[in-house]
Amino acid sequence: MTLYSFIGAVEQGFVYGIMALGVYITFRVLDFPDLTVDGSLPLGASVSAVAITHGVNPYLSLLLASGAGFLAGMVTAILNTKLKILHLLASILTMIALYSVNIRIIGGPNLSLLGAETVIDSFSKTGVAAYYAAPIAFAVIAVLITVLIIWFLHTELGLAMLATGNNPKMITSLGVNTHFIIILGVSCSNALVAVSGALVAQNQGAADVNMGVGTIVAGLASVIVGETVFGNRTILQACFAVLLGSVLYRLAIALALGIEWGAFSFTPSDLNLITSILVITALTAPMIKEKITAI
Amino acid sequence: MIVLDEYTKYFHRGSINEVIALKDFSLNVKNGDFITIIGSNGAGKSTLLNGIAGVFLPDSGKITLNDTNITNWPEHRRAAFIGRVFQDPLLGTCGALSIEQNMAIAAKRGKHRGLSIGVKSKHRKCFQAELKKLDLGLEDRLHDKVGLLSGGQRQALTLLMASLVRPNLLLLDEHTAALDPKTANQILDLTKEIIEKENLTTLMVTHNMNQALQFGNRLIMLHQGKTLLDVKAEEKQKLTVENLISKFYASQGDNFASDRMVLI
Repeated sequence: MTLYSFIGAVEQGFVYGIMALGVYITFRVLDFPDLTVDGSLPLGASVSAVAITHGVNPYLSLLLASGAGFLAGMVTAILNTKLKILHLLASILTMIALYSVNIRIIGGPNLSLLGAETVIDSFSKTGVAAYYAAPIAFAVIAVLITVLIIWFLHTELGLAMLATGNNPKMITSLGVNTHFIIILGVSCSNALVAVSGALVAQNQGAADVNMGVGTIVAGLASVIVGETVFGNRTILQACFAVLLGSVLYRLAIALALGIEWGAFSFTPSDLNLITSILVITALTAPMIKEKITAI
Repeated sequence: MIVLDEYTKYFHRGSINEVIALKDFSLNVKNGDFITIIGSNGAGKSTLLNGIAGVFLPDSGKITLNDTNITNWPEHRRAAFIGRVFQDPLLGTCGALSIEQNMAIAAKRGKHRGLSIGVKSKHRKCFQAELKKLDLGLEDRLHDKVGLLSGGQRQALTLLMASLVRPNLLLLDEHTAALDPKTANQILDLTKEIIEKENLTTLMVTHNMNQALQFGNRLIMLHQGKTLLDVKAEEKQKLTVENLISKFYASQGDNFASDRMVLI
């Protein structure tokens, strides 16, 4: 792997790590498999790109993107809690709907941001080398968000959210409205995913309605790889494990894409196959390790 | 204190599986009452407790608490005045969280939950003092995940959590049925201790007739969604298991043989 592709993988790891943290909140904390993310990632990108091309400050555009993601998550959560639609199906319905919504927001399938001022520009202005600006910017933002999530999960409301995913009957009997907690959690999760999408769009210089395909798989891979490698005994450990898991996942992908056996090499279209194998390996690793040590 | 007025609850209403769980059921629970509830499977015992807790709303009838009509209150709202212990020891606590986190959650029952830190250091001392009363050594394991505890330990913790904020009404749904006899007795002693000390109004469902006679100041026998027997104070003290069985016989006649009454 070249230094260039290494830095590129770290950069992607951190920016998509924000999305992975969102997936962690729904998948692990709330036990709510949420596929909305495939739609809310391009939603964040679209809102941010449209805002920036209309002259809005790029940081403010992140706020708008997170608001849009929050609303998208709220739709899924309300479909599930109030209208009693199965969580998986509710999230698929929102995801599909968002495809049309995103095209409406952009006014087409994609929107270029070339030449526009972005969040990364404000980091490169500080004097760091251009190719380090994006990974450093994303690392700083991702770590700040991770700390914020860790703090939240230690608050009274955060504890109620952890309990809602683990034992809804118990937490209801202790006076918590689980519908409210699910709506709050899924909305916040999608707000994070939208911010991640907005930053990706600002970094690659374009928003595209198809950029969300496979988001949930990458998010789950990051969560599972991170937890397997770095552990999840405490909330603090688990949250940083998810963020670093995302970096590890992007590095593994970059590594795989760099492999060459004679005439054979992987192409980007093999990414989904590689991801699946990676997740299966991470899921079965503890079991295999146990078997080997038993021998 | 809590009054049920012609409370009726159907399950699967309108389908061929329609069951009437409670029929025009009325009950007046007085402050400080400790009522034991017995009855065969399907008599409506759990439906009664779940109905009071608000797990579902009635098809007709009314529930009032201290003259407030709470018939349409959702479960989480009623939780402000109700403490519950379930039959399944895994249900009353959160296995993925630590002992202190579980207690911190219980300490906020019926109160506003905000963005201040959940387990405050000033509360730890209080939690430890409470746990010491259980005499299970849990006071030194505040950071341990509840999932590591045994069923008996979890049930003891649930009982403690249910009474951490004094409930107006304590609902115990066969809370010792899933435990071994020795642990069950320990939990029962603990239950008695907490109820007497705090003078809690309690409804306790049990399958054990001896238990039902031994505990409380009032006994209710349910059958097919109706009250079959309701004895209080001195009259209850004179009751024996044989009395209970014969009274059940007398009211049921020939139907008894087909009923799945559990006798211990």
